This record gives sequence, structure tokens and C-alpha cells, in this order.
Amino acid sequence: MAEFEPVLLANIDRPESHTLAAYEATGGYSAVRRVLADMSPTQVVELVQESNLRGRGGAGFPTGLKWSFLPQDHPGPIYMCVNADESEPATFNNRILMEQDPHQLIEGAILACYATRATTAYIYLRYEYPHALARLQQAIDECYEKGYLGKNILGSEFSLDIYMHRGAAAYICGEETGLIESLEGKRAWPRIKPPFPAVKGLFQKPTVVNNVETLCCVKHIVDRGADWFKSIGVPADPENPRDAGSYGPKLYCVSGHVNKPGCYEAPLGLTVRELIENQGGGVWKGRKCKAAVPGGISMGVLSADELDCPLDFSGPGKYGCLGLGTAAVTVVDDTVSMVDFLHNTTRFMAHESCGQCTPCREGTSWALSMLNRIKAGKGRLQDLELILEIGDSIGIIPGTTICGLSDGAAWPMKNAIRKFRDEFEEYIRKTNPDGCNETEPVQALQIIGVH
Amino acid sequence: MATTEEITTDSEAGDKVLTPEMVAEIQALFPRYPTLQAVTLPALHIVNQHLRHVPFQAVVEIAELLELAPAQVQDTLSFYAFFKQDKPHGETRAWVCRSISCALRGGEEVLAHLCEKAGIQPGETTADGKLTIEFGECLGACEFAPCMLAGDEVHKDLDNKKVEAFLRDCQSS
Repeated sequence: MAEFEPVLLANIDRPESHTLAAYEATGGYSAVRRVLADMSPTQVVELVQESNLRGRGGAGFPTGLKWSFLPQDHPGPIYMCVNADESEPATFNNRILMEQDPHQLIEGAILACYATRATTAYIYLRYEYPHALARLQQAIDECYEKGYLGKNILGSEFSLDIYMHRGAAAYICGEETGLIESLEGKRAWPRIKPPFPAVKGLFQKPTVVNNVETLCCVKHIVDRGADWFKSIGVPADPENPRDAGSYGPKLYCVSGHVNKPGCYEAPLGLTVRELIENQGGGVWKGRKCKAAVPGGISMGVLSADELDCPLDFSGPGKYGCLGLGTAAVTVVDDTVSMVDFLHNTTRFMAHESCGQCTPCREGTSWALSMLNRIKAGKGRLQDLELILEIGDSIGIIPGTTICGLSDGAAWPMKNAIRKFRDEFEEYIRKTNPDGCNETEPVQALQIIGVH
Repeated sequence: MATTEEITTDSEAGDKVLTPEMVAEIQALFPRYPTLQAVTLPALHIVNQHLRHVPFQAVVEIAELLELAPAQVQDTLSFYAFFKQDKPHGETRAWVCRSISCALRGGEEVLAHLCEKAGIQPGETTADGKLTIEFGECLGACEFAPCMLAGDEVHKDLDNKKVEAFLRDCQSS
């Protein structure tokens, strides 16, 4: 295979890469000029549909299809929300795009707004990215000055405003309807769907929510065409009519126990092993990989003999994981206890559960209580069954919650215990030799009142 | 328990806490959104930047500006554990990451060390008001794990020595 040339990260190491001058010097905003002069919004939607671009935020929904769900001939306004609430643990690719090449995102957002006929876009940025906030605000200001944003962009009929909107450190705001509720000034409780945002979203108007990297891809699809995009990555499986393929370049994050943690660009379909060995520089300290998270902790975990898992939209699913997620790989070396690993991921989810749906709110916190107990040397073998019961019953897939946060909480529980069962059992037997076979309910400390 | 002195201060909270400058900053955002309620989170951030907390009186005043009931603003505020209400956070507010990529590289140990040296627990502020330590969930800087966000600055590849130096800088600022 020919050497892959980075596209999304092509400019990040150039001097002053965040400025308009540097961006225009590499052909920046030529896509906007060409589209405004020569293409109709429908043609842009069709181009993106033809490219088979799938959303980079985690769910992998086809972007052009999402846009096509907007009602035709709607009097407006139509809104665009740029999902920059990147909060999935181990994921930082969008931060790099926003800090080092903010105009790439703005250009993608302008093209997407033109295609969807959105006239206002909000970039919902997580609180923890103050540097990205400054860079994006500067980029937006430069665009207004240069006429890429505002009324009648470059003399066309198209007008667009883009505003920054800062979050307040809540993971759930990355869920698209949680994001919308938060933007409206309410608690970020995800909405029951349908109606989907395309029909009734922000301020009850048709709304598109797209991830940062997705919009950056749109810019390059407009520049280079759908065929170019489809020449990269993994074609759709002809045996599986539901596989939409995994096309295009992708940003991979690799962190944890590797020599060179970082964000790297490669075609979709890179294997976890390749990412660890080549880009990540191998497992640190000469140790062995014990487990690896394929795409943010929500996706579950791979064992050491599953590292040939390809990082495309259908790869991790073949290894019992939830999906590609954010393609953020965390490497766990052979000195780490999987009890600690699962405790950490469960604590995150229990902390970030928004509390709206009982199975998620209670399930994550009870699972955490049991893991606290196991870590404290009071675990019982039966606890593993109880945690698995929680894992199997919370989430959209079993059908008990509004959003997918608890599917993301469940997958590490199910994968870690089922793939590393011996280790969990050994830990419990060793730390609680007298009580590990106990099955009686734990006595309540005191009944303090009866209604 | 609040002391008598604090209760007295609270009961005199009829005095406005939003300055004309804060009000102007909040009102400048109105044209960006079709509803006033959408300005809730930006308004909370503005007040928090000025006062390092959002006391209940500020909630009442924000609600008045946004033509909402105070309960609506309080409802939103209380969803985010981000905004302190009882007293201001320290001059520096530091979030030490405890999520997986940092934890694998010693994040929790670094957090414990910083807390021990500062003599406070996560969520607390040093007696001199210089530093508030928080645990953070993934800060999205995992290539620099373990890391910490202090104010607007990311502190990278932390170890005990680095957090001790950070603490000294806070104390002498």
C-alpha cells in the first residue's frame, strides 16, 4: 500500500497553523468559495452521501443521511450544533484539531451549514478546553473580518453566524440531545427520541449535530471528491447488506502504557496492534499488553489475544466490544489488575450518569459499590454475577434507558468480567478467603424509618 | 454548619452581587440566542469568572435578567457540579485527572500527593484561599498523562516533584 499522507493533521505542525493567513496559504476556504459559486445545497448533501462519510463522534451514523432527514422546504431557522464536547476518556483528537487547525473546522462547519441550510451554528465546547476556546474564537473573529461568516458570505445569498458555547464539565453533554438541552439553558437530560433533532431539535427547530472531526472530513470531501474519500479505508462487506463501509482517514488516539502516546492519522481499518506497535512505539518499559480499550472506555475492552481487531466501524463488534467509538485506544500493561481497571471505568460512569433514568443512575452506582467492596477485600464471587446482571440490563440495547451512556457503562463490565473472569475470581478468593462464597444479602445497617 | 456570622451575611443578601459590568457582559449575549433561557450557562460562567462562585443572590439576579424563575436557573446550575455556591473557590482551581489514561500512569497517586502537601481534600480550598483542588474526569490531554488543568493551563506529565513546585507557585502568588 502506498504511504498514507495525513489530511486532517496535514497542517498542524506548520508555523502559526491556527491563523487565517496560514490556513489560506494552504488553500483554505477555497472549498467555501467554490461551493458558494458552483454548487447547490442539495448537491453538497449528495456529495457527502456519496462519500459514505460516517460520523466520527462515536456512533458512526452516515453524515449525509443524517442531513437528508431535515424537512424539505422548511421556513427555518435550521440550527447546526458542532459537538465539541469531547469527553470520552482517552479521547483528544478533536482538541488537537481545534487548537492547531481551527479554520479547518470552521470551513467544514460553513460547508455543512450551507448544505443543511442552517443559518446559525453553535460550537458546544467542553469546559476543559480553554486553549481551544481561545483559538476558535480568534478563528471566528478572523472569519467575520474576512467575510467568511456573517451576512451574504462572499457576496452570496448565504448568511451564517457561528457562536462558541462553553459547557460546564458534564460528560452527558456529548450526547446530542443532552447537548441541545444544555444549550437551551436546562439540565442536560437527553431527550426521548423520536422526534429526532433533524425534525425537532434545538429551540424546537430542525437541527443537525455533527462532531468536529466529521466536519473536518466534509471540507476534504468537498476539496477532493467522494471517490478520493472512498479510496481510503475499508470497503463495505458485500456479505453484510447493513455494513455501510468504513471509508476515509481517521484520527486515532493512543494512550496509557505505550512509549509514544499521541494522536495519529491513518486510514480506517488500522489494527489495535499496528497502532500500539507502529504509532504508539510499543508497550512501555518492555512489558506486555494485557488489555486494550478499542475506542474510549464505553466500547469495552479487548484482551491481549484480540489485538488484531481492526479499528473500523465493524471491527470491535466482532470482538465483543460495542463498536469503534472514538477510536481512542488505551493500553493496559500486564502489571495492572483488571479489578482496578473496571473500578476506574465504572467510577467514571457512575459519576457522569445524568441521573434521569433509574437503571443507569442506580445500576452504575451499585456496580461501583460492589467494586469498592471487592477492592476493599470483602468481595464475593456472587458479586461478579450481580455486576454482569447490571451490565446486561442497563442501556439502549436492552431497552431500559433513554441514551447510550449506560451501554457505555455496561460494556466494560461485561467485557472485563467475561474476558478476565479468572483474574476477578482469584482476586476475590485471595482477598476474602473466608467470605468469598457468601451469598446471603448484606445486612442493612439500621432501618431508620418506615413510611 | 454555617456560623452565625455567615448566616447574617446571607440574610443581608438583598444587596446586588452582579456588577453593571457583569450585567453588560450577559446582556451582550442576548442576540446570539432566540430564547433568553439559553443564556443561562454563559451567564453562570460570567458570574463565576468574576466571583469564583455563584451565590444564590446571583442566581436570583440572573433569573431576573433572563426573565426566568430563580428555580429554573438553580435547577440548571445544580445539574453541573461545576459551580460552587457557598463560598468562592481558590485563586487557582486545579483539576487533577483521575480517569483511565492518567490513572494508568500514576494520576491518582499524584492527586493524593498534592492533597497531602496542600492539607486539603478534593473539592476543598486551602485556608489562605490560594488553591482549590478538584478531581477531574478525563481532561482530554491523555498524551501528557498524568495531567492537571489549573486555571487555563494544562500541566503535563506530572509527578510528585512537579505538583510540589506547582503548590509552591500557588502559595507564593
